[in-house]
Parts: sequence; C-alpha cells; structure tokens
Amino acid sequence: MNKEKLYDVVVIGGGPAGLAAALSADEKGASVLLIEREARLGGILKQCIHDGFGLVRFGKKMAGPEYAQTFIDKIEKSKVHISLLTFATSIEKCDDGVRLTLVNCDGVETIIAKSLVLSTGCRERTARQIAIHGTRPAGVYTAGSAQYYTNVLGYMPTKKCVILGSGDIGLIMARRLTLEGATVIGVYEAKPTPSGLTRNIHQCLHDFNIPLYTSQTVTRVFGKERLEAVEVTMVDENMCPIKGTSKIIECDSLILSVGLIPENELAESLNVACDNRTKGPVCDQNYMTMQDGIFVCGNALHVNDLVDYVSESGEGAGKSAAQYQNEKRRLVEINPDNSFLYVVPQRLNLEKPIDSVVMFFRSNIERGKTKLSVTVDDKEVYTKIYRALRPPEMERISIDFTKLPIDEKSVIKLSLKEVSK
Amino acid sequence: MNIVCIVCPNGCCIEVNRNGDQLEMSGNLCERGRKFVEAELTNPTRSLTTTMRSNSEIMPVIPVRTDGEIPKDMMFDVMAVINQGCVKVPVKCGDIVVKDILGTGCNMIATCSVNI
Repeated sequence: MNKEKLYDVVVIGGGPAGLAAALSADEKGASVLLIEREARLGGILKQCIHDGFGLVRFGKKMAGPEYAQTFIDKIEKSKVHISLLTFATSIEKCDDGVRLTLVNCDGVETIIAKSLVLSTGCRERTARQIAIHGTRPAGVYTAGSAQYYTNVLGYMPTKKCVILGSGDIGLIMARRLTLEGATVIGVYEAKPTPSGLTRNIHQCLHDFNIPLYTSQTVTRVFGKERLEAVEVTMVDENMCPIKGTSKIIECDSLILSVGLIPENELAESLNVACDNRTKGPVCDQNYMTMQDGIFVCGNALHVNDLVDYVSESGEGAGKSAAQYQNEKRRLVEINPDNSFLYVVPQRLNLEKPIDSVVMFFRSNIERGKTKLSVTVDDKEVYTKIYRALRPPEMERISIDFTKLPIDEKSVIKLSLKEVSK
Repeated sequence: MNIVCIVCPNGCCIEVNRNGDQLEMSGNLCERGRKFVEAELTNPTRSLTTTMRSNSEIMPVIPVRTDGEIPKDMMFDVMAVINQGCVKVPVKCGDIVVKDILGTGCNMIATCSVNI
C-alpha cells in the first residue's frame, strides 16, 4: 500500500477561480495541488474569445484567453503541482481533512488534502430543463456548446438560427455567429426584460440589427434528423403561452441561453449546505462552506457577471484554505429580505476579521433610485444609494461590521427600498 | 437622444442634446462615456475579437483581436481578411499575427500562447 500523498490545499477546477485560489494558497506557503479535467488550464475562458475581461483588475479590456494567460504564466512559474486531464471521482472527509480519489492517465490514486477549494464553475440550463416540446433533432445547443464549436474547434454550428434567452452568452454568440457569416433570425426572451448586460444588448444585437423579442418563448421544435423549424409563442405575465399567438420559424439551430447554475455535484457528496437562492454553497466571509475546511469560490459559489470578481473570490478562498487550522467558528446569519435575488456571503464568522467584509448582491427586480440598508439589531451600519438596480447586474459592497457590538445572537438584515427622486 | 456607452459593464445610458455645435451630456459616470458618445456620433469604432486558423497540432483555431478599434462598418471586411489567414505556431499572447489590417492602423494580435 502506497502512502497517500498529502497536500495542504487541493483546488478542484483550473478556471479563473481555481487559478487564483491555487496561486494565493501557494503565496501563503501552502503545498498546493490543482486538478483540472481538461487538457489545458483556463476553464471556460478558453472559449470566451470576446473582450471586456479584466477592466476592474487590470484596467484594460482583454479577451478571455488573454486574461487566463496572465494567471497561467504565473502558475507555471510557481510551486503549484498541476494535474491535467484529471477527474475527482469521489471525496470523503477523514481525520486529516479530505480524502480524494483521482483518475487520470496514470490510473487511480487517493490523496489527502488538509483543506479543499471547490472552483468547479457553473453549468448551463439545457432544453430538458425548460421543457420544450417536440422531437429531438440535432441542432439544439446551449450557447456554451455553440461557443465551443465556433471558438475552440473552429466549426460553424449553424447557418440560420434562433436564440432562446437573452443571457450574456447568447447575446455574445449572436454577434459571433453573425460575424462568421451565419444569420441570427432573432433572440427570444420569455421575461418582459432582457437578462443580459445592457452594453451587450447594444454591441451584440443593435450593432448587427439582430431583433430582440421579449415576452416570447420557443414552445416546440420540429425536425427529424436535424432541426427544421421552431414554434415561438407570446407568453403572459405568468409565463403561460397565449393561445393563437404562435408562429413557425424555419431554422437549422436553436441556441439556448437560459441561465447558469453553480456546479456542485462534489459539494453535495460532502453534504455541503446550499443556498436556495444562489444554488451554490452557503459560505462565510472567508469563503468557507458550512463544512469546516471546505472552501468555495467563483461561479461554483454564485454566478458572477465579471471574471474580475471570480478571481477575487478565488484569491480569498485560496488564502483562507492555506491558513485553515481547524479552529472553531462563531457564525451569525445574514438575512436579506425578499427584495434581493440573493446576497453572498450568507454567514459572518465572528472569530475572523469583520472590518471589511466584501458582499455581493442582486436585486430581485429592476428598480430606479434605490437605497440599500444594512442593519445589525435594527441599527444601520451601512447605506448606499444606487441610481438603478437590475437583476442581471451584480453589485459589490464592502462593509465594516466592527462599528456596532455584534455576537451570534445579533440579527443582520439587508433591505432595498426605492427612494422617490 | 439616448446612447448606451459600451466601454465598461456599467453600460451608462447617456442623454445627448445638441446645443448649437456643443454636445450636452448627462448620465455618464466617467469621461470615457463622453469620448464614446463623441466617437459614436462622428466615426463609430469597435474592437473586433475572432479566431484565425492555425497550423497547431492541438488548436485548429487561435483567438485573436484588434489591438485598437476599427471603424464599425469595416468589421466584415476585416473578418474576410482574417478568414483567409493562418497563424504559425509557436505564438505568444500579444504577438502580431496581421500587421495594420486593411490600413486601419490596427494590428491583429493573438490572445493566447500556443507552443505546438
């Protein structure tokens, strides 16, 4: 029996969150193993060839692969052990931390990690999850699959397509496919407002005269071997199709951009508690989940809209994982009211610094001028006025919780209230 | 009229009024918004990101972008030139793969490093 290899920190997933986590754990002097299931590091950024990455962090517009390259260059010079084409098939808690079973070209091995960082990113919702009726022809892709074919494999997945959902990836693919010579008939969104960033509506759709239809959805697909047409129907405010409003559109592909869900299959196997709102693990301000020694960052925690924030959470999680000493936590709950889609983190650990707690939130609906208020036992610790809030646009705040006495019994509340102009 | 600035994720909606030959603007959070609107009304430009075929064993196409902004109405002409080209590996992130494309003054640069 070989002695199992022991690492201070094991990071699962070599995208922007995992790269940042591995680098910062290494800088703190931990022995680090980074495992990645694909042949190259960079995660989803490898196929996000559009620019707009790195504005917050580097102050310039970079393409996705370029942003990833800055981290890859650094990690290749560091002491981090990198294991590519490697899957973690099982994880279990043990006396020394976590035992992982890894599978790769060399076979199967088990290793022990004192602490673990989950940076597994997120997955796209699929046609099966949104219940489209009809046959099952080829030509129904998620936006991410279409992006992979176009930008990594160099194949054109479509000549004439319909895009369902106005998420950012769908908008970006509308522009990309148009530039490569395809016809994008239109983008259909079931909700009354688009779900992508405003600037993407402009630079991806308006620039190329691609129409956007809100309160309309795809209700059926047609085709035997390959998609031949889709049926689109108007929906009412309850998202129910309105009879008599259907029309048939001929196309060879349907591209779905209908939302992202944090990927937490591994977290679930460790019984990590998840938040119903984010669909990712519940965590404290140091990115530790409700299981001691298990950390989470990036889109596995909540779906971010900027990679710069993904890297920031990776750095935080990596640093915390490197410094993890199995110390007891004193947790207090953070309670956003129902004006939020979600707030991250969901807990404060009073044993760790609380003087500059970074929090992210999304409003549940589009709002005009709005006041954010954070209270501890009904006393305000933080307020901020926003010109406008939209669910697709994430907001970042940093709060000093040391201004007021606080203990495990304290009640921390967040609320959004529109203020009259 | 309203123009949405696309310089950064804020996507400010800028209200623009002509006052003689002066432009009056409100709603932009920073100076870049003013510059964007001025360019948008006189000579709209965009950066272009795409892929180019390569002779790499592992990457059939390599991501590239303009190192500046090209006139918006030249995007498809530039695409046609890029789609005729081929990137020879090894290539480093930032290397120029097409110099001064179509006389725009912009180069196409690789946005990732590939060794083989």
